[in-house]
Amino acid sequence: MNRLGWNLREAAALRRRASLLLGWDRGQIWIAAMLLLLGIFMLLPLIYIFNHALKPYSELFIFPPNILVMDPTWANFTELFVVTRDSAIPASRYMFNSIAIAVIATLAVTIVSALCAYPLAKHKFPGANALFFVIIVSLMFVPETMQIPRYVVVSSLGITNTFWAHILPHVAAPVSVFLMKQFMDQVPNELIEAAKLDGAREAMIFLRIVMPVCMPAVATVAILQFQNIWGNTETSILFTTDDSMKTFPYFLQTLTQNLANSVARQGAAAAASLVMIVPTLLVFLVFQRKVIATMAHSGIK
Amino acid sequence: MPIKMRLFAAAQEIWRYRLSYLFIAPFVISFGIFIFIPVLAAMGLSFTAFNGMEAPRWVGWKHYEYLFSQDSLFLQYALPNTVKFAVIVGPGGYIASFVLAWLLAQLPDRARLWYVLAFYAPSLAGGVAMSIIWIPLLSGDRIGYLNSFLLGIGFIDEPRLWVLDKKYLMNSMISVTLWSSMGIGFLAMLAGILNVDKTLHEAGRVDGIRSRLQEVWLITIPSMKPQMLFAAVMAIVGAFKAGHIGVELSGQNPTPQYAGHLLVNHVEDYGLIRFEMGYASAVSVVLLVIIFLANRLSWKLFGAKEDEA
Repeated sequence: MNRLGWNLREAAALRRRASLLLGWDRGQIWIAAMLLLLGIFMLLPLIYIFNHALKPYSELFIFPPNILVMDPTWANFTELFVVTRDSAIPASRYMFNSIAIAVIATLAVTIVSALCAYPLAKHKFPGANALFFVIIVSLMFVPETMQIPRYVVVSSLGITNTFWAHILPHVAAPVSVFLMKQFMDQVPNELIEAAKLDGAREAMIFLRIVMPVCMPAVATVAILQFQNIWGNTETSILFTTDDSMKTFPYFLQTLTQNLANSVARQGAAAAASLVMIVPTLLVFLVFQRKVIATMAHSGIK
Repeated sequence: MPIKMRLFAAAQEIWRYRLSYLFIAPFVISFGIFIFIPVLAAMGLSFTAFNGMEAPRWVGWKHYEYLFSQDSLFLQYALPNTVKFAVIVGPGGYIASFVLAWLLAQLPDRARLWYVLAFYAPSLAGGVAMSIIWIPLLSGDRIGYLNSFLLGIGFIDEPRLWVLDKKYLMNSMISVTLWSSMGIGFLAMLAGILNVDKTLHEAGRVDGIRSRLQEVWLITIPSMKPQMLFAAVMAIVGAFKAGHIGVELSGQNPTPQYAGHLLVNHVEDYGLIRFEMGYASAVSVVLLVIIFLANRLSWKLFGAKEDEA
């Protein structure tokens, strides 16, 4: 038996043991191994953000930068809180605004989009095609040029400097309606007909049949919208003038503006980028898990 | 009275669907106020000279005439750059999203979550990723990662200015965008693939489907058509609406010799820097038309029959 033959046999044995250990089949192990390197490369920004926030000043400025921290410290977080102590409005207020807005607006978008997507997918009411067309075309318009008209709308509604100004502009999300409608298209009509024969009302069909089957779409919309609303500074810049009504990302932006060429507060900026990403990361993990878990159980198709 | 009859029938039809209208009402109202009216207003502004402060002044088609006859930045750089960028990034990102989503769907549930996180990470990290991964990697001096690697293996003799030379900037922009293209379409396709009924695959196997490739083509893709359509529209829209990437990579606005000047940069240049909102609106209307036509073309190619935009 030559060397190669032995190696092959050993490798096969190893693979068998690995698949027994994890309960994966061979195809899955191959794919996982193939994607591992690529995955690590894609994951770099997150790894970097976590390490960057823990770097002391001596490591923050190395070029080209180190991904991993060598001498971790909490100093950047203390700096972030020291910087925020001097401002007239405590950082906790911005944090409260942001969390309240992101949670309420995400909930609102998800509910409103689902409500709208259901008739679009399942009732052929007069005007449905026109509405769907308008929704899709609206995705294509450059938002920058809408800023002034949007400001005029918000100010003539008289909601500047209120939570409404932060929440209402997000409620209509064409992307979310589009995504949910595409998923609801897949719910079999027979299922809905059967429920109707059993005497279910529309509200019942929507809540008990359509929504559970479309949980993956709901979770995906929640991830996307939370990410979008949490990081949004536009409503703070355009629709509020009162500092106590602004949001955390806006506040961080003022902290970290013009930092490209300065040394001061780079530590705070590094810590701030971690603070910004952690909530979106958590929301992603919770809801993406839901996408995967729902799939495993949904057999209605 | 046939007209009266028809009106009556239409009213009856609408009344029959009153519940549907109730369902869509919250969306339609907020959509109308915060999106539809502003978009219409912006389209209207494209026929005016408007600087954001004084009242708009009607100029008719003048902006459009200027755009297509005299605006050399638009004709020479913004338009060709955008088309080149979108033609590569749109389909490229779309295919990459599907392939990755499919591969990830083959993994067991527990591992899948972490892999999905890894591939979605660039979208999650947003702009931060750009400045910390790609700028040092593509840095034009000897210690930039890519330069030092290529110098090390003897592929090039002197450092290249990856993001400052107009020869390379566009290609750098395309590679970076493809890397971070696992966004919304990717999540939708992943959910779509996982949603495909498992019994269909078994039925396929009984009916003589042998290879995985055949299975993808004959079962997976047809049964997730709605998600494929969603991802395609988002890929086209995203590719044409990209604009910050060149500025972020090169650190200059406008980009060196306008090599990375895209239509959205053109809109921002006029709208937010020169305060010529009327002209910026005209450019964004043109962009809207281009995206719309691109969508039409792609659906003609794929042969989708209904629901297209």
